[in-house]
Amino acid sequence: MDAPEEPLPPVIYTMENKPIVTCAGDQNLFTSIYPTLSQQLPREPMEWRRSYGRAPKMIHLESNFVQFKEELLPKEGNKALLTFPFLHIYWTECCDTEVYKATVKDDLTKWQNVLKAHSSVDWLIVVVENDAKKKNKTNILPRTSIVDKIRNDFCNKQSDRCVVLSDPLKDSSRTQESWNAFLTKLRTSLLMSFTKNLGKFEDDMRTLREKRTEPGWSFCDYFMVQEELAFVFEMLQQFEDALVQYDELDALFSQYVVNFGAGDGANWLTFFCQPVKSWNGLILRKPIDMEKRELIQRQEATLLDLRSYLFSRQCTLLLFLQRPWEVAQRALELLHSCVQELKLLEVSVPPGALDCWVFLSCLEVLQRIEGCCDRAQIDSNIAHTVGLWSYATEKLKSLGYLCGLVSEKGPNSEDLNRIVDLLAGLGAERPETANTAQSPYKKLKEALSSVEAFEKHYLDLSHAAIEMHTSIGRTRSARLVGKDLAEFYMRKKSPQKAEIYLQGALKNYLAEGWALPITHTRKQLAECQKHLGQTENYLQTSSLLASDHHVTEEERKHFCQEILSFASRQTDSPGHKIVLPLHCFAQLRDLHFTPSNAVVHVGGVLSVDITMCSQMPVPVHVEQIAITVHFSIEKNNYRKTAEWLTKHKTSNGIINFPTETSPFPASQNNLPALELYEMFERSPSDNSLNTTGIICKNVHMLLRRQESSTSLETPSGVALEDGAHVLKCNDVTLEPGANRITFRTQAKEPGTYTLRQLCASVGPVWFVLPHLYPLVQYDVYSQEPQLRVEPLADSLLAGIPQKVKFTVTTGHYTVKNGDSLQLSNAEAMLILCHAENRAVIYSSTREKASDVSLRVQSSDKVTSISLPAAPAYHMIEFELEVLSLPSAPVTGGESSMLGMTEPHRKHKDTQKAGHCMATTDHKVSIDCPWSIYSTVIALTFSVPFRTTHSLLSAGTRKYIQVCVQNLSELDFQLSDGNLVDPGSSADLQLVPLNAKSPQHIHSKQSTFFVWELKWTREPPPSLRCQFSVGFSPASEGQLSIPLKPYTYEFQVENFFTLYNVRAEILPPSGAEHCRTGSLCSLEVSITRLSGLLEVDKDEALTESDEYFSTKLMYEVVDNSSNWAVCGKSSGVISMPVVAQATHRVHMEVMPLFAGYLPLPDVRLFKYLPHHSAHSSQLDADSWIENDSLSVDKHVDEQLDSSSIKSRGSVHSASSSEPKGLPMPRLQALPPGQVFNSSTGMQVLVIPSKDDHVLEVSVT
Amino acid sequence: MVHTSLDVVDEKISAMGKALVDQRELYLGLLYPTEDYKVYGYVTNSKVKFVMVVDSSNTALRDNEIRSMFRKLHNSYTDVMCNPFYNPGDHIQSRAFDSMVTSMMIQVC
Repeated sequence: MDAPEEPLPPVIYTMENKPIVTCAGDQNLFTSIYPTLSQQLPREPMEWRRSYGRAPKMIHLESNFVQFKEELLPKEGNKALLTFPFLHIYWTECCDTEVYKATVKDDLTKWQNVLKAHSSVDWLIVVVENDAKKKNKTNILPRTSIVDKIRNDFCNKQSDRCVVLSDPLKDSSRTQESWNAFLTKLRTSLLMSFTKNLGKFEDDMRTLREKRTEPGWSFCDYFMVQEELAFVFEMLQQFEDALVQYDELDALFSQYVVNFGAGDGANWLTFFCQPVKSWNGLILRKPIDMEKRELIQRQEATLLDLRSYLFSRQCTLLLFLQRPWEVAQRALELLHSCVQELKLLEVSVPPGALDCWVFLSCLEVLQRIEGCCDRAQIDSNIAHTVGLWSYATEKLKSLGYLCGLVSEKGPNSEDLNRIVDLLAGLGAERPETANTAQSPYKKLKEALSSVEAFEKHYLDLSHAAIEMHTSIGRTRSARLVGKDLAEFYMRKKSPQKAEIYLQGALKNYLAEGWALPITHTRKQLAECQKHLGQTENYLQTSSLLASDHHVTEEERKHFCQEILSFASRQTDSPGHKIVLPLHCFAQLRDLHFTPSNAVVHVGGVLSVDITMCSQMPVPVHVEQIAITVHFSIEKNNYRKTAEWLTKHKTSNGIINFPTETSPFPASQNNLPALELYEMFERSPSDNSLNTTGIICKNVHMLLRRQESSTSLETPSGVALEDGAHVLKCNDVTLEPGANRITFRTQAKEPGTYTLRQLCASVGPVWFVLPHLYPLVQYDVYSQEPQLRVEPLADSLLAGIPQKVKFTVTTGHYTVKNGDSLQLSNAEAMLILCHAENRAVIYSSTREKASDVSLRVQSSDKVTSISLPAAPAYHMIEFELEVLSLPSAPVTGGESSMLGMTEPHRKHKDTQKAGHCMATTDHKVSIDCPWSIYSTVIALTFSVPFRTTHSLLSAGTRKYIQVCVQNLSELDFQLSDGNLVDPGSSADLQLVPLNAKSPQHIHSKQSTFFVWELKWTREPPPSLRCQFSVGFSPASEGQLSIPLKPYTYEFQVENFFTLYNVRAEILPPSGAEHCRTGSLCSLEVSITRLSGLLEVDKDEALTESDEYFSTKLMYEVVDNSSNWAVCGKSSGVISMPVVAQATHRVHMEVMPLFAGYLPLPDVRLFKYLPHHSAHSSQLDADSWIENDSLSVDKHVDEQLDSSSIKSRGSVHSASSSEPKGLPMPRLQALPPGQVFNSSTGMQVLVIPSKDDHVLEVSVT
Repeated sequence: MVHTSLDVVDEKISAMGKALVDQRELYLGLLYPTEDYKVYGYVTNSKVKFVMVVDSSNTALRDNEIRSMFRKLHNSYTDVMCNPFYNPGDHIQSRAFDSMVTSMMIQVC
């Protein structure tokens, strides 16, 4: 440490700088205290509160104590901060008032005046008290008085400017205490001084900076000023703040350069634009590069000098701050920006000079960093330094190229001159690195000295850079360096070394799909492979390049020509093939089959059109294009049938191949699609959902490691397949773009043919597409001849001529002239022969081949159709008209159907189903010329009509109504409706009451026919009728053949009226009208209309003395609950079988509603006693009473007689015990035998006045 | 080269993935300075990467301008992606996108 006595050394800008504190007063005293003081001062940190809102900092203060001299005090205007005394201390040991008054006071006053003269206010007076001295001078005055005096004399306002330090050299608690107080005071004072002085300095500096727009302002001057501040911060160990100062300078300078580029040039800047003469790189080993600093101070620095100095300072500070990685980062930035700035300022730089400078600087920075970090640290922070490494590599490379060190021959004289110039610019090596073997300077000098040395250094650097890139996962950057290296090797004519780098880079680019780098690398690779003589690889690369759209047209042609010339050249070794993948030569766009369903019969011709998109820039003559076909016989016989094939292969015959839009297979496209499935997991106990998610089922496919070993372009992967079946096409010239190539083949064996490989050969060069995807197949089938007969319409209608289509599929059979179909006729079905029948022959692809006339010969039993001659695998189609005789469903048992016809008796069913037509099947057996067996074909005809009949009565007159319902979709014309009695008894007459025929009957409509039945004699109990009507389709005109009429047979029974029932309701006597709620009388009279007839002879008839009577039961029922029948509603009467015999019944009924009410129904039953001898009256009464007939009786009214019978029997079963008698039976009279003459009559009922009564009566 | 700069993109993304998962800063800043060019990167939340190469001598472009350019580019790209007729993975052939990019280039140069 500097002793205060020593003369002040010149200011040295080293890190040993400390703030200066001057000492005045008792020097001996200070010397004794100094060791303790300098040791104690930095021990404790002090908080430094800063101006301008800067964060307070803890500072360990150190000081340089120098003896006070007047010349130390700064003169006015001197801005030097480093030499600025921040604090002045006056030391005194005086404890004697006398001494104080005599000497110390004067001394102090003098000191103070000097300070005041320099307007320095940072001072401190230290009074050291010593016990030893105190004892000597025995308490003459209280100690404090000296201190007080001093305070009084000098510290009039600032009493704290005087500090007492007691017994500094002793080791006592009191000493300690006073030391602490003193040190704190000292520190505080120092800091206060700093704050004040630095603040002032900064203000001055800022003022200076604000003047920068004024002419004559010099950056260098300002630089020096701000650097002063930086030095002070550095002195105070505030490296952060020091760095900020340099950064500000850096930014200011950069901004000026930028502004200069924008045209706003400052005068001082032109100075930096002087040509670069020295490029000796950064110097980072010294904390302060004084040479450069002086240059700046003298305003002689070049841009590189300034930058170098600035960066060296920044670097130093960063290293102090333990941030070596920032150094690397900033170095890279600096080097880049320097290069840019030189360009921007248009500074003239000799070629290669910058490269030298950058190279040296990179290595210098790297070595500097290495110097201050250990190996592990460096390894873990390669990411920061690798940029510098590759930058250095790059620069060395460009130097090498510049100086002809990369060429095969070595540098020529011009290159040598350049080398010498460059080396001269480096100057002499710096003394501080002269001893290191690996200094950047030496390296560069060596590298430039010879080709071999250059290669060694370059390779070293490259490998180092690649290794570093790879180790931190920057494979892409490594590839880039590798590519440069490959280029280097190519220059050095060692392509085998280059290839591996090129392949590696290419693989990387391919995997990520970067088209332009691929193209570039491929070009290099092609050259490399050409040198290596790898014919196959070279041709492949050439073909890829020839098809690459990123290559210029000329280059593409060149590469294409390379292939073609090779193909034409090599003829010496026949059989030698070079197999290349097709996709780089041409692309298969689509494939088109003719016939389009890709199904062809044996012997048929199949043509395959493919569209190939040639990628070559010029037309290429291809000797042969072949498609290898795999043949397989289908096991499943059914699959081979033509129907199946035609049915299931409905494609349009065009198969489109996915076009690879990119000329390279991108790796992501090769990945299989994600197979994702939902997953639910339920808890076993309560089946509630536990977890849900998505599972990828093919994770193993997706996440498997990209196999690095399989190159994407290995030609060996293409295997030639030797198939027995090959589609060939010779001598094709492929124009650039789409080409259409047609293959023809004749199908031989039935089976499935799969197209496998496509192969185009140009001389010995074979372009092979190893797999056609999607799968392309065609089928060859052989087929048995077949006959199909089907109706033209949905269903055939019986009775009218209907067309039936015959289809003969010839299959492998060739129809010769004279071949004919023999149809054995069914009797009820006619085949109508027209003079002209035409048959159409279709080819297997459904194209119309010819249209010939057809000869049909009919005999009784056999219809012979002579087929036209047709080749195999064709189809003959013709239509014939057939007529099925209408066979009406007959109610009688007689069937007119004979022979082959089997009429379906569906009459009953159709009546229930309502709308279905009755059908008839006709079977026809056909003998075909190709088979010894007959083909039996069933044709189903539907009867278009349904007929119902009903008997209508009017008193004793009878009518028969026939309803014809048209069920078909067609409209018909009905004519000659006729009803005859086949019994044809003369005394029965049917008088038609019909409209004039013909009548139209529309689809789904009905027509009615009515005849009156007249008779002269007593009519028979039953009558058989036959209804016939002629019909023809309404739409068509005159038919060529007469159609059989439609017939319907039925039987009418018991049509003769026996009884007439009349009912009449009379209002209660005295009243004019019936009233609701009041009883009216119902008079029923039953009249027998005829004498004894045949039909009466049954059990109910009782005979006594030529007097016949029959028992009838009547029943009054009101369906609609209009009437309440009071009392008995039914009864049994004995009716004499005599004409005009009348029985009257009187009943009470009560109308329930007002208005015109229809009369209640009166029904009549035949009452058949079980035993005729029985007294039936009683039975009937009891039965009726039991049944409690009333309004609710209507429930039973639907029951026909048989069910009433059954009801009776049920009842008898339950009540037979007490009576022991079987119950009588009831039989309904046939509707024709009873005529109700009062049907439809109505009675007026007026509402009653008293509604309440009505309500009661109702309930 | 753009390709090489992806290295740094990956590095930055992975570093970001660890540290700042929630932070929505998509702009990656300067990726790869070279002597002649500056490469800037931007990555969307769905890891779509944008890379912009700027001439080093172009000093008019500061970080903020680049950032806003990226943002514009991102918006335009989002519009393209929203087009229902666009097949993800295809070449972008949108006229709007093209004109946006072109206008940006013109504005810069």
